[in-house]
Amino acid sequence: MTETCTLKTTALRQACEKAGGKMVDFHGWLLPVQYDGILAEHKAVRECAGMFDVSHMGQLFVEGEKAWEFLQFIGCNNIKNGPAEGTYFHILTDEGTIIDDAISFCLSQEQFLVVVNAACVETDFNWLKKHAAGFNVTVRNESDNWSMLAVQGPKAVGIVNQILPGVLDLPRFHISPLTMFGADGYVTRTGYTGEDGVEIMLPNSKITQLWAALLELGVKPCGLGARDVLRLEAGYLLNGEDANPTKTPYEANCGWVVKLAKENFIGKDALVAKKAAGFKSRLVGFVLKTAGVPRSGCKIFCEGKEAGHLTSGTFSPLFKGIAVGYLASEIPVGAEVEIEIHSRRVPAQAVKPPFYKNRV
Amino acid sequence: MYNQENCRFLKTHEWACKEGDLAVVGISNHAQEEISDIVFVDLPKVGRAVKAGENCCVVESVKSASEIYAPVSGEIVAVNDALNADPALVNREPHGNGWLFKIKMTNPAEYDALLDFAAYQATIQK
Repeated sequence: MTETCTLKTTALRQACEKAGGKMVDFHGWLLPVQYDGILAEHKAVRECAGMFDVSHMGQLFVEGEKAWEFLQFIGCNNIKNGPAEGTYFHILTDEGTIIDDAISFCLSQEQFLVVVNAACVETDFNWLKKHAAGFNVTVRNESDNWSMLAVQGPKAVGIVNQILPGVLDLPRFHISPLTMFGADGYVTRTGYTGEDGVEIMLPNSKITQLWAALLELGVKPCGLGARDVLRLEAGYLLNGEDANPTKTPYEANCGWVVKLAKENFIGKDALVAKKAAGFKSRLVGFVLKTAGVPRSGCKIFCEGKEAGHLTSGTFSPLFKGIAVGYLASEIPVGAEVEIEIHSRRVPAQAVKPPFYKNRV
Repeated sequence: MYNQENCRFLKTHEWACKEGDLAVVGISNHAQEEISDIVFVDLPKVGRAVKAGENCCVVESVKSASEIYAPVSGEIVAVNDALNADPALVNREPHGNGWLFKIKMTNPAEYDALLDFAAYQATIQK
């Protein structure tokens, strides 16, 4: 129990606990893994609306005349700079491998907000600062000041619209400033579940009021467990597992995020060379053909030979045993393979993610 | 069906209930609450010989896999096939239709040495 004292907590900790959240250590943060059950929470998000405390995620503000040029250099994707536009991108090393995946939002031509993964806040912040000087931009890490609530599901945006009128008109992958409970914040039409939804950022002192209002409107509190099933069904990467600094976006099934036509960005030269040389393995999906639950680390076999390993796996209420993992490049999608689970080999088929046809 | 007051327990949350020379095995109510949403049970093969304390079954929830240890030595003579279609039976009736397997005991003294309900309760209240 002493370790709990060193964990970081969010402003919603007490609200989560009051709602029955079973709190666990998630990358140094005390967060709810589940409330009344992962299956019920999954169902709420696929059929109605659920909310996730994602206050552990980071907010970096990039400011300066050349803020866009700077992000174009940092990110491998084409960063959109139209008003309120958001862009999913990867932050790469000089070797073209993945430090983090993130979303940038254009607040103005001189100000962008970059939302990054919790475990990478410091790394990303230092990486951006290191390269900022050449562009005369400033990078501010506002992560500790902001709380964030993801409201997801087919009914989520309609429900949020009741307390934040106009949000229904916010286009997908766009951001809007907002004022709620007397404070300024942001709302983005984004998420990590494969459902429509929004993510709302407010100062720490106001987030519990938003939580209470959404609870009142029938939005179900959901934990990290359900979030992981939802994102895996939807084919989203979990950085640190499915992507890490040994993998390029090409290997991580994210070639579409790389825009080699761009003049220059960190990792471009390495990516060009690596792409030409080819890759030994790449991330694909797997669906078990019989009962079982695949997990990260399970070995993949093809025709009796070891052919890779899983980086994420779970039981999906919609698709049963599903996983993603790195499979040897010579083995095509569609191949029949076996996944070793507790020393038992379970037949599976290699497929291209996502498993769930996203509704967004 | 296998009232917890009449069962014996391992500290690792398995229960055993004597039926003649058989021990019926399951997991405790406390364990099913902790594991939550059980989605798959990898049952042992009938006919397998197990030693007391041997890992012989896996109970999977969405989030985790829990190994199940044989409380006593003997031969697996029956498994609960109903769990293949409805693994959540273990959540709903951990001491009833959610039993896991039956062991034909080779050393009944092992059964007598297991924790009784009160002693098990004491371990989970620590």
